[in-house]
Amino acid sequence: MGADFVALSIVPLVIGVLAAVACALPGNFLVLRRQALIGDAISHVVLPGIVVGFLVAGVAGTWPMLIGATAAALVAVLMIEGIQRLGRVEPGAAMGVTFTTLFAAGVLLLEQSDTSSVHLDVEHALYGNLESLIWIDATGWGSLVDLQALAGLPPELTRISVAALGVVAFVWFAWRPLAVSTFDEGFARSMGLPVRAIGIALVVVSALAAVAAFDAVGSIIVIAMFICPPAAARLVTNRLVAQVAWSVGFAVLSAVAGYVLAGYGPIWLGFGNSVSAAGMIATVSGLILAVCAIAGPARHATT
Amino acid sequence: MLFDALTLQLGYNVTLVMLGAAALGMAAGGAGTYLFLRKRALVSDAVSHATLPGVGVAFLVMVLLGGDGRWLPGLLAGSALTAGIGLLCVAALTRRTRLTEDAAIGAVLSVFFGLGIVLLTIVQTLPLGRQAGLESFLLGSTAGMLRSDALLIAAGGVVTLLAVATLHRPFTAVAFDPGFAQATGQNIARIDLTLMMLVMAVTVVGLKVVGLILIVALLIIPPVAARFWTDKAETLALIAAALGGLSGYVGAGLSATAPGLPTGPIIVLVAFALFALSFLAAPGRGVVALALRHRHFQHAVHLRQGLLAIASEQPIYEALTMRILRREGLVRADGVPTDAGRGRAAKALRDETRWQVARGTEHLSGLAARHDGLTEIETVLTADQIAEIDARIATPVEVG
Repeated sequence: MGADFVALSIVPLVIGVLAAVACALPGNFLVLRRQALIGDAISHVVLPGIVVGFLVAGVAGTWPMLIGATAAALVAVLMIEGIQRLGRVEPGAAMGVTFTTLFAAGVLLLEQSDTSSVHLDVEHALYGNLESLIWIDATGWGSLVDLQALAGLPPELTRISVAALGVVAFVWFAWRPLAVSTFDEGFARSMGLPVRAIGIALVVVSALAAVAAFDAVGSIIVIAMFICPPAAARLVTNRLVAQVAWSVGFAVLSAVAGYVLAGYGPIWLGFGNSVSAAGMIATVSGLILAVCAIAGPARHATT
Repeated sequence: MLFDALTLQLGYNVTLVMLGAAALGMAAGGAGTYLFLRKRALVSDAVSHATLPGVGVAFLVMVLLGGDGRWLPGLLAGSALTAGIGLLCVAALTRRTRLTEDAAIGAVLSVFFGLGIVLLTIVQTLPLGRQAGLESFLLGSTAGMLRSDALLIAAGGVVTLLAVATLHRPFTAVAFDPGFAQATGQNIARIDLTLMMLVMAVTVVGLKVVGLILIVALLIIPPVAARFWTDKAETLALIAAALGGLSGYVGAGLSATAPGLPTGPIIVLVAFALFALSFLAAPGRGVVALALRHRHFQHAVHLRQGLLAIASEQPIYEALTMRILRREGLVRADGVPTDAGRGRAAKALRDETRWQVARGTEHLSGLAARHDGLTEIETVLTADQIAEIDARIATPVEVG
């Protein structure tokens, strides 16, 4: 637990935790608003956006990715609304048409273009490369205060930190309108709150969190963290503040336990190789949800 | 090349896969229709993602038993097992806890998929695992498929299609009116379960062709596209099956014509192209038809209001109204009504008065309620009724 740990594990752990929290926070409101599958849709749609961003810009930088993903999310929202309105189709089906099509287009674009020079392939998009985000310049714990070494931190860390901060700020400052419009839309409207704008803002913030997290950890963690920690927290408590706090706790626990189990679990069991950290984090969050579904004090609906 | 593919001249395997994909697409379109009518389209997403751990487990078990691990029937059996468990988890989470179905679907699909990825990374560390090609189950791959696998997929597609065709009656009944279906002695829970088993079968058969991430598209897109063509449930299922079958057939053929055209995404994009076509061009509900109807309606309203304005000698300020009147030759370029215009205006005003009287007359008010301001009065009322109205207009009714 010395220099190796700092160089190999600290950065992925921190990124995993930040990504989990950034997704779990807006996830609380998505789950309560019955929009849980928006996270699923967003994480599929991000792929074509990132591919197009890369093809247009020629490099896999932050801005092309961000702009591409945002544009793709916008296209998706327009498609879903259009199909729903003009086709008079339920939202779930409209969403299904949209995200499968855009994802298929993304995969086809990837296969047809030369992206071998960058980390851009379908597997990476699905389960990320958390394990490879190592801190090469780190020589030991002392590197944490060494400016030169800190400059060599992977850029993914900066992106997810900014995104996580943005999400926390959004939830903090928009807490009251978010909470009121989530629980009682009619009441919120009568108070003069811009209900529609709040809903859109929530989706946009979720999309930003998804894009930043997707880059570092892949789409499985994004979907799992949008839904599992908030859903588990909802089965533990009836109060929104407590639910959000629990969900953050569950997200951190999933990220840390998942990462450690994936990296060291097989070694403890006598196998040489580690397993996918992203997959393990999702699995742990599922186990937490299972425990809460069986024994959570607030698992039944209050009547 | 595409022509060769579509006329089944690219070899025995490609032909088998294309026919299998067509049968699979038809089965998926049919089963998806009932899922769509039950408003549970996205449950299939949880089912399909939940197949992945089963594939991994089946591979590991077969290797532990000394086998090859890549035996497709074994892998598909494993995938069906965990898909079933995933389905049970969705049901348990929605029924036993207060979580809503969308949260349950999302939780099951992400967790099972995550577990599947963990198992895949374990498989990859095995000596045999590197060539296992289990990743092909994610997005489907029919290139270099074994003859026996192609046969299995073709047979599986046909069997699921037959099952959907046999069971369409109870499915329609439950999808449309669950209350009535129950009253006539149908067991709704069992029919829903059967439908889910069929969805599972479609998913499992489709794993190798379309892949588990996109198979849900074959269940969702054809019914949504078919919805633009018809309002009848039975026809809806037929059209959806046809669209699904066409997507599978053309998509699988297209993907065999060149490298870098992954089967699953191509099938999905063909399905979407059919959807886009339906969305735009379907008569009745298509966007073009809707726009034309809207234009026609707008034209009629402006024409009538313009004529009424001419009849009561009011000035017309609305530019569109003026344009329409001019185009119809009812108004001269300087805005003065032509003779034809005055004649039509007088008729419009007379008919408007007739409608007002009809509304005030007890035995005609029911018919008059059909008047949206645009229908010609002669198409609703008989000559006798109009004569009766005209008589009333001429002779004032006693007030009091």
